Amino acid sequence: MILLLIPLFPLFGFLINGWLNKSMPKGLVGWVASLSVLASFGISVYLFIQLLSGANEFQFTVFDWMAAGSFQVDFGFMVDRLTAIMLLVVTGVGFLIHVYSIGYMNDDEDYPRFMAYMNLFVFFMLLLVLGDNFIMMFAGWEGVGLCSYLLIGFWFKNDNYNEAANKAFIMNRIGDLGFLLGLFLIYQTFGSFNFKEVMGMASTYPRYDSTITAITLLLFVGAMGKSAQIPLYTWLPDAMAGPTPVSALIHAATMVTAGVYMVVRSNVLYALAPFSSEFVAVIGLATALFAATIGLKQNDIKKVLAYSTVSQLGYMFVAAGVGAYSTAIFHLVTHAFFKALLFLCSGSVIHAMYGEQDIRNMGGLKKYLPITHLTFLIGTLAISGVPVFAGFFSKDEILAMTYSHSFLMFTLLAFGSVITAVYMFRLYWLTFYGEFRGTKHQLEHLHESPKVMTVPLMVLAVLSAVGGFIGLPEIFHAPHFLYNFLEPVAAGAGHHVSHTFEYVLIFTSIVVLAIIIYSTRNYYVVKGTLPESDAEEKGIARILSRKYFVDELYAMLFRKPLDVISGLGYRFVELGIITKTVDGIQEGINTAANGLRYLQTGRAGSYLFIMVIGFLALMIYAIIL
Amino acid sequence: MNLTLLLIIPLLTAVGVLFCRNAQQVRWLSLAGAAVQFILVMALLFAFYAARSNGNTDAFLFSERCMWFAPLNIQFITGADGISVSMLLLTAAVVLAGVLVSWKEETMAKEFFFLLHLLAFGAYGFFISLDVFTLFFFLEIAVIPKYLLIGIWGSGRKEYSANKLALMLMGGSALVLIGMLGMYYQSGANTFDLIRLSEVHIPYATQLQFFPLLFLGFGVFTAIFPFHTWVPDGHSAAPTAGSMFLAGISMKLGGYGCLRVATYLMPDAAAYYAPYIIGLATIAIIYGAFATLMQTDLKYINAYSSVSHCGFVLLGIGMLNQTAITGAVMQMVSHGLMTALFFAVIGMIYQRTHTRMVRQMGGLLKAMPFIMTVFFIAGLTSLGLPGFSGFVAEMTVLMGAWQNPKTMYRIATILACASIVVTAVYILRATGQVAMGPLKQHDEPLNDARWYEKLAAFILIAGIVAIGVAPFWLNDLITPGAKIIMQKIVSLSR
Repeated sequence: MILLLIPLFPLFGFLINGWLNKSMPKGLVGWVASLSVLASFGISVYLFIQLLSGANEFQFTVFDWMAAGSFQVDFGFMVDRLTAIMLLVVTGVGFLIHVYSIGYMNDDEDYPRFMAYMNLFVFFMLLLVLGDNFIMMFAGWEGVGLCSYLLIGFWFKNDNYNEAANKAFIMNRIGDLGFLLGLFLIYQTFGSFNFKEVMGMASTYPRYDSTITAITLLLFVGAMGKSAQIPLYTWLPDAMAGPTPVSALIHAATMVTAGVYMVVRSNVLYALAPFSSEFVAVIGLATALFAATIGLKQNDIKKVLAYSTVSQLGYMFVAAGVGAYSTAIFHLVTHAFFKALLFLCSGSVIHAMYGEQDIRNMGGLKKYLPITHLTFLIGTLAISGVPVFAGFFSKDEILAMTYSHSFLMFTLLAFGSVITAVYMFRLYWLTFYGEFRGTKHQLEHLHESPKVMTVPLMVLAVLSAVGGFIGLPEIFHAPHFLYNFLEPVAAGAGHHVSHTFEYVLIFTSIVVLAIIIYSTRNYYVVKGTLPESDAEEKGIARILSRKYFVDELYAMLFRKPLDVISGLGYRFVELGIITKTVDGIQEGINTAANGLRYLQTGRAGSYLFIMVIGFLALMIYAIIL
Repeated sequence: MNLTLLLIIPLLTAVGVLFCRNAQQVRWLSLAGAAVQFILVMALLFAFYAARSNGNTDAFLFSERCMWFAPLNIQFITGADGISVSMLLLTAAVVLAGVLVSWKEETMAKEFFFLLHLLAFGAYGFFISLDVFTLFFFLEIAVIPKYLLIGIWGSGRKEYSANKLALMLMGGSALVLIGMLGMYYQSGANTFDLIRLSEVHIPYATQLQFFPLLFLGFGVFTAIFPFHTWVPDGHSAAPTAGSMFLAGISMKLGGYGCLRVATYLMPDAAAYYAPYIIGLATIAIIYGAFATLMQTDLKYINAYSSVSHCGFVLLGIGMLNQTAITGAVMQMVSHGLMTALFFAVIGMIYQRTHTRMVRQMGGLLKAMPFIMTVFFIAGLTSLGLPGFSGFVAEMTVLMGAWQNPKTMYRIATILACASIVVTAVYILRATGQVAMGPLKQHDEPLNDARWYEKLAAFILIAGIVAIGVAPFWLNDLITPGAKIIMQKIVSLSR
């Protein structure tokens, strides 16, 4: 029963703010929204503690949702260990971002609407992770997509933003199609959508079973859409059109990780399908590298972070693909901390700069925004994998797991983390060091954000700094908390790696990171090199900054043909053939009626004439025969 | 519960309206009539639940019969199973909402509301008839007022559209009539009594001969491809309430007829022709969706999308299994509510902006938030968002469809499923254009919804959400009805 309360709180928050809207006192709006998420967080913590102290799982079925013939689905919730971790991330980070939004969005005329949407998002996200079957997950899955759409297009007066919102929804829909087909196949195979039943039955299947391979591949198509993997990733960078807290909550910390959650949730299936798992890993790896290289040449502070998110999601999928499910969740958690932090910091910067997002017009902000600067630095250190910061442990674990899977993958992935450090420090130096390059007006008004914004930053910074301790590597001789916690539901491959390898890995990464930090500082701060303006870009730089021209390619491959096909179909078949035929029949009847009309002239003479003719004809007929 | 009340009330209202002295009286009387109908149907719903839970397992409840025309053995038989009750619910909701949105109809108000109630009368009669002849009689009653509604109160190419609609629907009726007579004589039962007909086994050859006529005839009403072109023209030319009735109720007459008359009485032929039905349904789903992409007029958008959504009804019927048939009926109810809501809101927009072209609109969310929220809800139902009825209904149809392992059916199901992407594209394009972007200049200030418009929207949205969130009450209604149809299909195919 208590499970039901978790999603209900944010739903009430949404209803209150959505209904009363502007008639609510402005001060209250933010509190209603934030506290509703905090309440859910409280329950999540309570459940988490119960699980820690040995409870197995919680289950609550509200009612039979759909039942028709042999098709039956419950409206049921379940909290097991995996769900508990997700709940804590969603409600915990969610709460911080809600509080931050009070400061960030306060001046917006549609502030209540914004908060309502945010609550609605949390509601659907909770539905997604709480559902005890695939249909519930799908319901949440679609719901978060809707909220993402609404929030990307929140400033709807700008047509480009609407375009971005549409793109996000439609790309996700393409993924959903795969997901849906996967669901049908699941029901056909197992006769149930319930996670436990499906996983229980699946474990009797042999490895390499073709149906399970098909199911897992189709489900992963859904994950490609939601978690922005190649080829369905292009919506995520565009989604940055939404307000920054949205980018932090939806497009970094929670919604986009739904795909990873789904794969881990279905880990029994993926473990039975080595081909699918390998596919997941390869797509993840390709995305990780591809997006990282694009991130090198972006000049919009949020775009850099967006490509970085795409890339980091790739890391999670690599982990899931090589069977290290708890590692994938580990990185999901730490990433939620530091990426939410980085986005919120960028929001603080943008706030201070009056909406400026281009790092070529920033510089030297360290002086003016001390807290933002410090917290951003922590985030950067964490994502780059500097030892003891959160990202170090999780990324290290992914690398170690990949190493035992395939050396080539490991090398490429390690190279990817080098790029990550480069683009992150490029961003850091260009934003906070050097001369201020903005306008005079901006300089005069540069200010640190209010407490309501900086406190969430500080909390997240602490989490980004120490969050990694939930999963210490073996060489520290401490238990790996997360692995042990998740073992009953989704442990996957053990985290045993040779100790020598661990030491080498840690040592190498320290050296490489030191070199990167030093050289990027030298390049951007000491020499003061600035990224060239868009027009000056040449060669590879241009290809990178234009994102490999994928958007243009997709427009040519999908968008145009879709319009052309529907245009041809409509003009030729609908208007040309079908409508013409119907009109033809209509005219035919009219013509016939017109012709026959002459039979009814209304003149007695002609009737008489016809009568006589008819009479004669009958007579002749009778006589002849 | 006497079902004949459902005929008397609309008829009384219709006649009463003619004696009103001014528009004010007309609309209040209409509202009262529609409200009484709605309450009656709700009472019927609960009476039905009560009877079922008391263990009444008759196929049709509240049945009554009297001889109408003895020489031809035509009877007046009424009765309702869960499927009819759900259709009656839909009808009552749409009628009530339709009356509310027509609140400000001033031109020939008397005649307008008279025709509306006459339409309602026809629809109620259709759904409670258990005699094929009276069923046909009510079907015809539901056609003629539409012609007048479009011809007199319509807009745009109204004469052309009214003609087209009447021609195609009459064509469909003609097919039904032939099929009906064929059944009467060739079944050997010499009766139109639906229950009696369902007990005799109509010879296989007869079934093969007359099933297509009946199915296509009713199919025209539910926009079976390629007989769908009356839908866009008819809907767009009709006045708001007319479009709501057309799409919300009339198109369901067809689906109900296909199921209750054609499939139920001639299951062998249904099994034989199933591949063709599914083929046409799939074409309708995909073709309708693509055609919608090309539309720039809001009414045309909804009309073509109706073609696509009604394809799911036919797909469900064609799959001939219990899940799919239940889904098909749910889709009828869901689509009826959703499309009525859509047309209602389009009417509200048109009244304020005096245009239906999406390119001439923009940023309306700012100017009329309530109306635009309703518009969004209708759109989201259409694109199958969980929580709204469209998802539940289409999911059930698709789940049923997937149970059919034949390759061709599989392909049809996957294609139907793929339509969700195209649907998202056209819905988002339309809502984006209309609601978002910069606000365009309009001659008059744009007011948000009035109380009657809000009430109409609430009634329909309540239905959509009730089905979307907790569809079990509807399932409980439909399942026994679908089971009876299924039993016939299964037992006869053995």
